Amino acid sequence: MQAFFSWLSGLPQLAQIPIVILAFLLVVGLIILLIDVAPRPGKAYTWLRLALAVGVPVGVLALLGLERGAAPVFLLGALLGGGLFLLDARSAKGHGRLIQLALFVSPALLLLLVGLVWPTVRTIVSAFLDKTGTTFVGLDNFVWIFKSGGSGGLTSLVNTIIWVLIAPIAATAIGLVYALWVDRSRGEKILKLLIFMPMAISLVGASIIFKFLYDYRQGNQIGLLNQVMVSLGLTPVNWLQSYPLNMFLLIIILVWAQAGFAMVILSAAIKGIPTELPEAAQIDGATAAKQFFYITIPTIRPTIVVVWITISITSLKVYDIIAVTTAGFNNTSVLGYEMVRQFSLFPPQSGHSAALAVLIFVLVIPFIAYNARSLGRQA
Amino acid sequence: MTITPIAKSARVAKRSHRTLSSPWATAGAIILAAIWTVPTLGLFVSSFRPAADITTSGWWTFFAHPAVTAQNYVQTWNFVSSGITVSQTLLNSLTITLPAALFPIMLALLIAYAIAWMDFRGRHVLFVAIFALQIVPLQMLLVPLLKLYTGGVTLFGVQVFPGFAANSLGSGFAQVWITHTMSALPLATFMLHNALASIPGEVMEAAQIDGAGHGQIFLRLALPLAVPTIASYAIFQFLWVWNDLLVATIFTSGQNAPITKILADLSGVKGQDWYLLTAGTFLAVIIPLLVFFALQRFFVRGLLAGATKG
Repeated sequence: MQAFFSWLSGLPQLAQIPIVILAFLLVVGLIILLIDVAPRPGKAYTWLRLALAVGVPVGVLALLGLERGAAPVFLLGALLGGGLFLLDARSAKGHGRLIQLALFVSPALLLLLVGLVWPTVRTIVSAFLDKTGTTFVGLDNFVWIFKSGGSGGLTSLVNTIIWVLIAPIAATAIGLVYALWVDRSRGEKILKLLIFMPMAISLVGASIIFKFLYDYRQGNQIGLLNQVMVSLGLTPVNWLQSYPLNMFLLIIILVWAQAGFAMVILSAAIKGIPTELPEAAQIDGATAAKQFFYITIPTIRPTIVVVWITISITSLKVYDIIAVTTAGFNNTSVLGYEMVRQFSLFPPQSGHSAALAVLIFVLVIPFIAYNARSLGRQA
Repeated sequence: MTITPIAKSARVAKRSHRTLSSPWATAGAIILAAIWTVPTLGLFVSSFRPAADITTSGWWTFFAHPAVTAQNYVQTWNFVSSGITVSQTLLNSLTITLPAALFPIMLALLIAYAIAWMDFRGRHVLFVAIFALQIVPLQMLLVPLLKLYTGGVTLFGVQVFPGFAANSLGSGFAQVWITHTMSALPLATFMLHNALASIPGEVMEAAQIDGAGHGQIFLRLALPLAVPTIASYAIFQFLWVWNDLLVATIFTSGQNAPITKILADLSGVKGQDWYLLTAGTFLAVIIPLLVFFALQRFFVRGLLAGATKG
């Protein structure tokens, strides 16, 4: 496998795309073919199943680059495969079924275990080790977060909390108001598109767009915000260097990018309100404001909560905006950024970095739990 | 021409909609839309102004004294940063994005099919567990994965996986492809499972009675029926990977960097070279914007089906 990727990396990019896709589709095609032939009756297919059960694990190990000398591991793989074959042969539900199941499930399952479960456990463990990753230090890394004034830990935690308090509410509120407005205005499609477009622009792009807007210099201003200040007869401000103002200006970037998402989801929810409700309210003489507070809001409340939670989770993990605009200077660092910064210091502060990652993880949990619960209630 | 009942009711609906539309709402929407568009417009206009003008006068003066040039784009296209040109980073973005959008979809389809249509013990637990993995923030994965790719895996003293070549150049884009694939699997499995599970049971039974095995049913029945969801998810994943900075920062270097990474670097190092940043930003957003405009319907449908990745 290493040899394949290293050969691939020598080719021009445009050749790499079709080759790697073709190779991948061949593997998937082979899996589907094996799934299809696995349960067929007959002695030949029994042998095929045995060959599959033993051969696939051994083959995968060899592809990963297991040394030839490591015979015990190959043997273990073969034994596990053999065990699967025996289980399958004795299965009451027919031959080949378990092997089919293994073929369907194991590629994704292995990647999930290696790529998500194991790193999560590993990071949690690292959070309790020092920067060399060998000595147990208890809660020292977490204590560091709360004690480190200047070096970023505490600042990033406080800032992240401010982000989570402001950005989701602002984006959801703007999305809701806009969804209500476009619902009653002409040219709905185009108007929606204009708010929605930032979703396709990366946060990197959005950050540069706003960095330009916030630009500060002596003489002629080229940033729109400072030009507005000048036109109002005020002195221009170095926005991104004045704390805590700079934080709110960075939060605006996320609000700008996320309001479209809120608008689309909430607009769909508003259109789903049965027309009888507002009609009946109108006949009863309810004003637009009353309709909004007594009918629209309560009806779409679950959707509002889902949108708010989704943007909250996004706010907790912000990285791009800080990386592109201030690189964490002037007290603007957040957990998602500080985590990467601590790791890229020299020497890497892997304990601090892991503790910050764990903190993001812990802060995300209540939001997702609430989301899962309300999903469960709907089902 | 006769008016069909449907056309008639559509016209009635349109008329009632018109009575509902209010000038105040329209005005409010237009003002907000204008505020939302002006920042992008400013950068877009600037990208066509002569480099000297961008840094000496505001972009709004352009409308009074128009001077247009494509020079910024030409220079940015050929600008060399960390050993590669911006045009090459665009190719890198494409090379990263297309496979990384396809891989998780196929793998998730396989496991989602088994969970939806093969009756085995623990399948609900498996589904909930995969759904719950969406909880893990990307930041939890980066450092262990980096160590895995570079240092390999050693179990009980035996090296099971020696890792990729020491510098990430030797393994090309493998690390980025694999990382994006793995981190996308929970959401992809969730969405595609919902699509596959909604295929009517009679259809599947009929296929089984006709003698089709799971392989055939997967390829000939499940896959085609899931195409709308696949399309929604594919667009979503395409935009997500194309616009990603975090994974790119950790798992690419020099020759492999995508455009987002180069832009982030330039914003730090060449923060005042606005002729580069303005043109570079628009080069970076052209492809996602085209995808977005062309396939908007699928994108919105994906969002409504829960395709949000925090």
